[in-house]
Amino acid sequence: MRRAISIFLLIIVTVGISLSLAKIPFGVPKTKVGRHYINEGVKETGAANIVTSVVVNYRGFDTLGEVTVLFIAAIGLGAVLSTVSQKTARKVESASLVLYTGCRLLFPLILIFGTYIFIHGHLTPGGGFQGGAIIASGFLLIYLGCRERRINRVVSNLVESLGGLIFVVIGLLGLVFGGYFLLNFLPKGTANTLFSAGIIPIIYVAIGFKVGSELASIIDNLIEES
Amino acid sequence: MMSFLADYIYYIGAFGLILIGLYIILVKHNLIKVIVGLGILDTGVNLFLISVGYIAKGTAPIFSRPGIDSEHMVDPVPQALVLTAIVIGVAVLALALSLAIRLYQHYGTLNLRKIREQRW
Amino acid sequence: MIVVVSFLVVLMLVAAIAASVFRDLIGAVIASALVSLAAAILFYFLQAPDVAMAEAAIGAALTAAIFIIALRRTKRYEE
Repeated sequence: MRRAISIFLLIIVTVGISLSLAKIPFGVPKTKVGRHYINEGVKETGAANIVTSVVVNYRGFDTLGEVTVLFIAAIGLGAVLSTVSQKTARKVESASLVLYTGCRLLFPLILIFGTYIFIHGHLTPGGGFQGGAIIASGFLLIYLGCRERRINRVVSNLVESLGGLIFVVIGLLGLVFGGYFLLNFLPKGTANTLFSAGIIPIIYVAIGFKVGSELASIIDNLIEES
Repeated sequence: MMSFLADYIYYIGAFGLILIGLYIILVKHNLIKVIVGLGILDTGVNLFLISVGYIAKGTAPIFSRPGIDSEHMVDPVPQALVLTAIVIGVAVLALALSLAIRLYQHYGTLNLRKIREQRW
Repeated sequence: MIVVVSFLVVLMLVAAIAASVFRDLIGAVIASALVSLAAAILFYFLQAPDVAMAEAAIGAALTAAIFIIALRRTKRYEE
């Protein structure tokens, strides 16, 4: 009975979506806002990566909302899982020497790679979120390979809070200097160099540190009991 | 037939993922499998958004060399929106899994029909 | 080109159906990671390198890892 109702519902959704998808042509330019951002993007913001300038400069307020949602999810997960009573500690067998040494060798290389990606977010494909995810993968490797290490909780919370605070403070400085929140008030420089595009690299560095330590603390909260 | 396939193959892929994700959420009765279905639905919607912004014979919207031709760049606005959506998707999945762990510790099972029967 | 894209779309749909059929939940999680990986390669073919990098790092690696860590604290097999 439940299966029949759900298949009927799926048939209605199928017919509705396919009737409206047939009217959307594939590969035809559809909006004018995209053309304006491509034509004027390098002159107005100074960043060579147009997607970065849309995420941080033109639609920077949405990025602030997203950083807030990630923050609330990490705090909610810590609050829900923290009232669990501790069972007897499960015996964890330690890893072999080859695995331990290999993970310790790879970990700084992964951190350097993630840092490279979010520092060059305005020149090449990349940015704060991708670099933060790569840094969190490095911490996951340490959890899986060398099994007794844990990240330092105090330092992780400090880095996460400082990242969010720097983003909001730069927005408020834009309000002080120019007139509206998240105004790009630093000099724009020449395109395709490292120190260009105003506040965009600073915001991406703050977001990169914040997302990396946040995802690592999510994994630490989930592993905690066993 | 071949030109129809070449035009709409991305739409068919995204559309199929949305339907399979909806089917898993509606029919299955293990909580972790429902959360897997939620993740598949999320991926399908993101694929659909990016394939709407594609322009035929387009290139990526990055000015890597000073003299690059900018006539055929794809739309950058859907890519910025989908970047946000992917990160929010993983945050929602993490919070849903923490609630599933607490439910398992309280009821002893993850079968949604048995949990619904135990309501007092 | 169209052959590679069609193969990837078929692989993605087969993996999604496999994620709904498997009873071993670790198998379902690995199938959903395969869906994310095929979607990341399709994002590259749609000329979106930023989104492809984000989907590969977050969808294929971190989502599968937090699912498996959560499965260790609950049951592994669907009833």
